[in-house]
Amino acid sequence: MNDLDALEAQSIYILREAFNRLDKIAMLWSIGKDSNVMLWLARKAFFGHVPFPVLHVDTHNKIPEMIEFRDRVAKEWNLPLIVGENTEALAAGMGPHKGRVECCTALKTEGLKALLAQHGFTGVIAGIRRDEEGTRAKERVFSPRNQSAEWDFKDQPPEFWDQFKTDFAPGTHLRIHPLLAWSELDVWRYIERENIPMVDLYFAKNGKRYRSLGCAPCTGSVASTASTVAEIIEELETTKISERSGRAQDKESEDAFERLRAGGYM
Amino acid sequence: MSSIATALKVNPEVSVSHSASPMKIVVVGHVDHGKSTLVGRILNETGALPEGKVEYLKEVCDKRGMPFEWAFVMDALQAERDQGITIDTAQIRFRSEARPYVIIDAPGHKEFLKNMVSGAASAEAAVLVIDAHEGVQEQSRRHGYLLHLLGLRQIAVAVNKMDLVDFSQARFEEVKAEIVAYLNSIGVEPTYVIPVAARSGANIASVAAETPWYKGPSVLGALDLFEPAKPLTDLALRFPVQDVYKFDERRIIAGRIESGRLKVGDTLVFAPSGKMAKIATIETWGNVASAVSAGAGQSVGITLDEQIFVERGNVASLELHAPNQSHDLKARVFWLGKGPLKVGSRYKLKLATAEHVVDVVAIERVIDVEDLANHQGSEVARNAVAEVVFRGKSPIAHDSFIDNPRLGRFVLVEGYDIVGGGVIAEASSDEARNRSTHVTEVPHKVDAETRAIANGHRGGVVWLTGLSGAGKSTIAMEVERQLFLKGWQVTVLDGDNVRTGLCGDLGFSDSDRVENIRRVGEVAHLFAEAGMVVVTSFISPFRADREKVRAINPDAFHEIHVTTGLDECERRDPKGLYKKARAGEINDFTGVSSAYEAPALPELALATEGKSVDESVADLLRYIDNAFSLSAREQANGWGL
Repeated sequence: MNDLDALEAQSIYILREAFNRLDKIAMLWSIGKDSNVMLWLARKAFFGHVPFPVLHVDTHNKIPEMIEFRDRVAKEWNLPLIVGENTEALAAGMGPHKGRVECCTALKTEGLKALLAQHGFTGVIAGIRRDEEGTRAKERVFSPRNQSAEWDFKDQPPEFWDQFKTDFAPGTHLRIHPLLAWSELDVWRYIERENIPMVDLYFAKNGKRYRSLGCAPCTGSVASTASTVAEIIEELETTKISERSGRAQDKESEDAFERLRAGGYM
Repeated sequence: MSSIATALKVNPEVSVSHSASPMKIVVVGHVDHGKSTLVGRILNETGALPEGKVEYLKEVCDKRGMPFEWAFVMDALQAERDQGITIDTAQIRFRSEARPYVIIDAPGHKEFLKNMVSGAASAEAAVLVIDAHEGVQEQSRRHGYLLHLLGLRQIAVAVNKMDLVDFSQARFEEVKAEIVAYLNSIGVEPTYVIPVAARSGANIASVAAETPWYKGPSVLGALDLFEPAKPLTDLALRFPVQDVYKFDERRIIAGRIESGRLKVGDTLVFAPSGKMAKIATIETWGNVASAVSAGAGQSVGITLDEQIFVERGNVASLELHAPNQSHDLKARVFWLGKGPLKVGSRYKLKLATAEHVVDVVAIERVIDVEDLANHQGSEVARNAVAEVVFRGKSPIAHDSFIDNPRLGRFVLVEGYDIVGGGVIAEASSDEARNRSTHVTEVPHKVDAETRAIANGHRGGVVWLTGLSGAGKSTIAMEVERQLFLKGWQVTVLDGDNVRTGLCGDLGFSDSDRVENIRRVGEVAHLFAEAGMVVVTSFISPFRADREKVRAINPDAFHEIHVTTGLDECERRDPKGLYKKARAGEINDFTGVSSAYEAPALPELALATEGKSVDESVADLLRYIDNAFSLSAREQANGWGL
């Protein structure tokens, strides 16, 4: 087994654990590279089926190409897609001009919470990785959230020998993170190996590309000439620019991302 | 299938430089000994930090009015930076020239041991950080102990903050001697002990000028010398069933191969049912060529040639190398629960994909990780280590941790929480039986001496052994009658009588005979302790079993070999058993179809051939009188005369 085989096997094990141990699970699909890989892994784990709903929280601020990609792939792969949004906040005119952390919290976190409450999900599969950011580096694979979807990062459950927390109080839920051990480079090497479709925005045009995809107003592109998967891999092998450097909401304050995540952000 | 799914192609040119999985290293040690600083330094020296990270952290430190803190690279949480301690384990990657790494920074604060274990349990090797100034502290030892318990064998020691002791070789040697002595005592030989100043970077990535007396590698050099974990494909097949899928016409048994290999056509046996079936296919998805075999680490799905009932928690193996199955598990447990683990408590035990309800039947010893002393106790406190015996409601398929770590380890769940972990000890059948040794013996207020004086004789066991028909029962009953008439406290334990009650559940297989004798031995010694003379009448053909009974209390055990030969016994045949045995109606009959191992050095060899019963009884009574009577002097002393 090479390293990608090992990562794949581990992620499949995690997905199967979540499917077996939890009553009502769903997978978050942000249309980004990580969640596309995660979806691919789910189809491998369940032999071509995706036996749970795929959730997309629409902030109405996503880049149009992403929505187009979502609808096309959902149809081709016959995905049980559920699209949700925080209708109230959108109607009240929420947007990044009200503060980026506030906007993320209202449209993403609260939008997700509403979806969870509406469908009674007890487990949400999310494609976060440890190498993205300092607080995600401290995450568990099965990570509990309390009744307000908050993350108690000061008192996380022990997790070892692939024995995950699968018992939890009513009203609380688990976030399941099958890609936690993957790096950005692993993700792209796996995309290359498996030929997984990606939104075009990742590939450089006119000297620029997106490394991380989010909402249009808060996602910046990086200078790059990498226009194929192979070139992206080459670029990542030498870069010293952090992956979320284009994500504005992380930088509002020292602990902006920590606060976002503690409050229930992915 | 859609165009996207079928457009797959496997690219054989996956870049070779990344084909090895990163080595997972955990950094542990006492709080504030500089683990996170060391890690931050390694990341910096290997160029692993993204552009602007150091500048950003400088800003963060300036805002707080403090000098630059390398630890902030790992201590990403606000609370960690505010308190200057690592709360939870973080994993960050870097590359040396030799290979990629994932470095796990584990908290040293006692409060966060569960987080330290969470980080350390997945590591292949460890760096134990010790403050040169403070020396070896409580968590240094605890972490060292736990690393070993978790199965980690490669440990390098970094003696940090050497700048605070002026890079003194003498101080380094002191700390080194102390930690090496401790690690050796738990069976660990550290690969290197390295003098380090993480803050200034001395001996982190290259050998420092400040320690010319040190001849070993830098920390990074020591990491590169660790051996990668060996794949578990060489061990016996263990395939715990994770789930059974029926998405379409296929019934796929899904799971991860924990050890060994399987291939199409192999006959699998499933524990605990013992049901067997052959592997028909190994299922795959996508354009991957169908597989004919798979090995440890792979998550697979198989179909069987027969529709046997299989469910999550079953363990598939090859027939000749099946895991152990028992209700009882003896394990070394590290306890992370908020309240103590107690005898009599019930937990959910998760082992591979199985879940069992277990009761704690014994806490054999609580281990003090400070001085490795053993303590008796009925509770295990938070963060402590103990040897515990669990009893499951149903048999538990397992291996000892040494034989196969994947099936030799488990976690305990109480309520909603994982509250501890354990590694399974090697269990001999004797150990399994002696599970009640945790019981603290309550001393009698009437001692053996007092009883002997009151009775006028000592208590003890007169163990008659010999072939069926040798005369054991006849002699035993008459001896009992005569001693009783003399006013002695006496009873007989007789084979056939015991087998209707105490041992009514046992047959005559070798293992049942062993257990029969064990029980009788224990009961006989209890009577003897009560001051009685216990005459036992059992063929007890195996020398080893009799020696075990003797071992319970050698001083009170008297082995009497009733030597009547096989021919004479068969001639007497009082119960007609030899006849039946010769006719093949009785299996395992001692002397005919099962061996009798005569005592080598019995206390008394009692001949019956050519003697009357009365003569044999008189011979034995003489021996008993000699061996058990108190002398006039002893009696006089006893009454205080």
